[in-house]
Amino acid sequence: MNGEKEWNGFIGGKWQREVNVRNFIQKNYTLYEGDESFLVGPTEATNKLWAQVLDLSKQEREAGGVLDMDTKVVSGITSHSAGYLNKDLEQIVGFQTDKPFKRSLQPYGGIKMAMNACKMNGYEVDSEIVDIFTKYRKTHNQGVFDVYTPEMRAARHAAIITGLPDAYGRGRIIGDYRRVALYGIDNLIEDKKHQLATSLVRMTSKNIRLREELTEQIRALGELKELGSIYGYDISKPASTAKEAIQWTYFGYLAAVKEQNGAAMSFGRTSTFLDIYIERDLQNGLITEVEAQEMIDHLIMKLRLVKFARTPEYNSLFSGDPTWVTESIGGVGIDGRALVTKTSFRYLNTLDNLGTAPEPNLTVLWSKYLPINFKRYCAKMSIKSSSIQYENDDLMRVTHGDDYAIACCVSSMRVGKEMQFFGARANLAKCLLYSINGGIDERLKEQIGPKYQKCEVDADGYLMYDDVMEKFEQMTEWLAGLYVNTLNVIHYMHDKYCYEKIQMALHDRDVKRYFATGIAGLSCVADSLSAIKYAKVKPIKDENGIVVDFEVNGDFPKYGNNDDRVDSIARDLVDSFMDKIRKHHTYRDGVPTMSILTITSNVVYGKKTGNTPDGRKMGEPLAPGANPMHGRDTNGALASLSSVAKLNFRNAQDGISNTFTIIPDALGKDGNMFVMDLADCSNGACQIPNLNDVEDNE
Amino acid sequence: MIGYIHSIETFGTVDGPGVRYVVFLQGCPMRCKYCHNPDTWLPENYQKTSTVDEILNDYERYIPFLKNGGLTVTGGEPMMQLEFVTDLFKKAKEKNIHTCLDTSGVTFNPHSEENVTKVNELLKYTDLIMLDIKHIDPVEHIELTKQKNDNILVFARHLSKMNKDTWIRHVVVPGITLNDEYLYKLGEFIGTLSSVKALDVLPYHTMGEVKYENLGIPYPLKGIEGATKEQAKHAREIIMKGFRNNKSNK
Repeated sequence: MNGEKEWNGFIGGKWQREVNVRNFIQKNYTLYEGDESFLVGPTEATNKLWAQVLDLSKQEREAGGVLDMDTKVVSGITSHSAGYLNKDLEQIVGFQTDKPFKRSLQPYGGIKMAMNACKMNGYEVDSEIVDIFTKYRKTHNQGVFDVYTPEMRAARHAAIITGLPDAYGRGRIIGDYRRVALYGIDNLIEDKKHQLATSLVRMTSKNIRLREELTEQIRALGELKELGSIYGYDISKPASTAKEAIQWTYFGYLAAVKEQNGAAMSFGRTSTFLDIYIERDLQNGLITEVEAQEMIDHLIMKLRLVKFARTPEYNSLFSGDPTWVTESIGGVGIDGRALVTKTSFRYLNTLDNLGTAPEPNLTVLWSKYLPINFKRYCAKMSIKSSSIQYENDDLMRVTHGDDYAIACCVSSMRVGKEMQFFGARANLAKCLLYSINGGIDERLKEQIGPKYQKCEVDADGYLMYDDVMEKFEQMTEWLAGLYVNTLNVIHYMHDKYCYEKIQMALHDRDVKRYFATGIAGLSCVADSLSAIKYAKVKPIKDENGIVVDFEVNGDFPKYGNNDDRVDSIARDLVDSFMDKIRKHHTYRDGVPTMSILTITSNVVYGKKTGNTPDGRKMGEPLAPGANPMHGRDTNGALASLSSVAKLNFRNAQDGISNTFTIIPDALGKDGNMFVMDLADCSNGACQIPNLNDVEDNE
Repeated sequence: MIGYIHSIETFGTVDGPGVRYVVFLQGCPMRCKYCHNPDTWLPENYQKTSTVDEILNDYERYIPFLKNGGLTVTGGEPMMQLEFVTDLFKKAKEKNIHTCLDTSGVTFNPHSEENVTKVNELLKYTDLIMLDIKHIDPVEHIELTKQKNDNILVFARHLSKMNKDTWIRHVVVPGITLNDEYLYKLGEFIGTLSSVKALDVLPYHTMGEVKYENLGIPYPLKGIEGATKEQAKHAREIIMKGFRNNKSNK
């Protein structure tokens, strides 16, 4: 590794001999335990640029949500010339296309999706491009549908498996963009070449694929270097200043969002890394605090302007036009030192300097061991901005160490060492209805699932718990198998036709792949089974003998009240479905995980699910993530959270969400009192045994 | 001993210091026009009954969250179930739980030796009293709550005499309590008390209205808008003026 000049002043170590950003951070970062009083406001340049952004945002809104789209140039790392807001004022530069607010054309996931996204916004993809991607160049989407079985198509159509990334980019992969700054492109290319040279040469399909991918990665790194030069930077060598470090890191990310329109394109865990450079420049008198903050403000501004071309259906699934540029801040190292630096504060300070925004998704990795001043500042900024997400570092550190980051909203992975195959959701509520109806879809009235025996009723016409559970077991067994196999097809084809070259170039060669699955409708099923067990539920059939409604007599324990009778049903559902997932072969030996975190798509899934035995009516939303069904938790927030906390994290390692909204006035009356209350409460969340990832940000 | 419960809130943040486990007891003799919990009025409309042990066992499930907070009993009027609350607080103190009583003081009867003894027994196990003085003027008080305020004010003095930490709460309703003269008088009265630790002036809000509709009770404050934060701030300043004036006169 070459970088003696650029690394001057850093404490050396393993990181100089191998790609090892974590080692660099651990050796060099400066823990900051003070308060926020050192922070400064925006510079004139920042204000000017941001005013320009606000003006463009307004124009975009008035234009119906999209200001400009590229219809001719297929997006790639070097596809566009440089774009600026105002070249003279921008400290950190680079846009996805040749100008801000112009959405790029990304057809590799699927040409139809790209065409629709354009069409819905009043644009039309150039006919030549359409020709190329229909006649000559196959897309991920086409690959998937070439292979899908009729059963997979039917399950997708009926929405028992839903939201699948088979027509859009799967996202959820976080390149270690910091590597670009720490090592420069030349070192990274050398490292990749070495990886290629030492890869197996016995040409099995696995080894062939790896060699092809490594070569693609090397090529992508070359393109990344060119992207730097388009903007006038030579990024072949390591960054030598804070400004370069921020810019190099951002170039790495920019290349990724030019190449991939992924469902979540996270930034990683950069603040403490970049702080090392800022601290060095501050010590050497090269920059002032004002300049340091300005650079961070401009970086965050860029992250806020990441945009993708998407269709209205996509936006309804994800409620809006999210990019999930998640940046993880804070956390604690495995040696017990908090990973909080002044730049952790500077990142959050952008919420003051640029105003609040949902993107980038600033995520504090919360630990009871974080410095109290940082906790206070987080709480204060949360109150002011409602824009900070918190996740339980004490829980995730156990699995992922201290250099992991969050992809999307809760998926945790070691940066550059682990990645995820995003897998959408299986709808368990619908699966319960299938088990009652012997695989017939309650809305389509078609046989979608296997024709198993239908649930029976007792002499009085009521469903019997043991019978329902037996049938439900069989049906979930079927669903788990079909689901995993469908995902196998998707990820095979995504790798083949829409490979994340630059993101994977910023990973180790041998990455651990998580094979993410997810479930929707947990609380609905738990309550339904509770109703069948503790109350009396009479199925009502339509003229075809299909159960389409339920009459519930009597009361039953409802999930969300810290009542073990039903909470244990929910916990068993998670454990048992995860066990069924584990039984199946996964593509590229992916390690199966599961999430319970439909944060927005629960609404869409609810629309496609008939009446359920808990009294929920057809079309009504399922609860988000692991939330109780709406209005059924009647003992306050802690009881509700405690129900969630009983779910086993190891069987839902990809995250459990509980969306929890409190109006600010309900959290105490004066600011100070509230700050302490919130800090106490968040601490509590980390201390309750087995209280899982509680996410309170939507 | 069982209590008649309206509901439990496991995450109360406005009912005492820190995060509170809040027990809402059923039943209240007052009929405050701005009451936002009219469903707690009638004693027979309780949602469930609980023993002291049941409540404390449930409390213990949330201790990590409540370590800087504690247990608050409110209502309804919690002193309607005096023995139950006493027993609850007594056992809570054995477990070193911070106890807070949110009361209007209306059931206090200084003329009954028995009642005073019982209340004193409760106060022994109570760390903090949140006393809600609805109106300082005796006539207006009846108009607003259908009850007299003489015993309430005696109760406030009693707390002062016992040197019991007290927070005074007062709700600002435009056209009723948002009146500088009354507010000043209230401040003067609070100024005579020695154990008051905090003053909490709350702007009236209309969120309770929907409950009246659901209960089929005409809403007494129909058409009156909620007070603004500025009005509450103003009211607080007037009360504090009266408070300081009285203190300095002494």
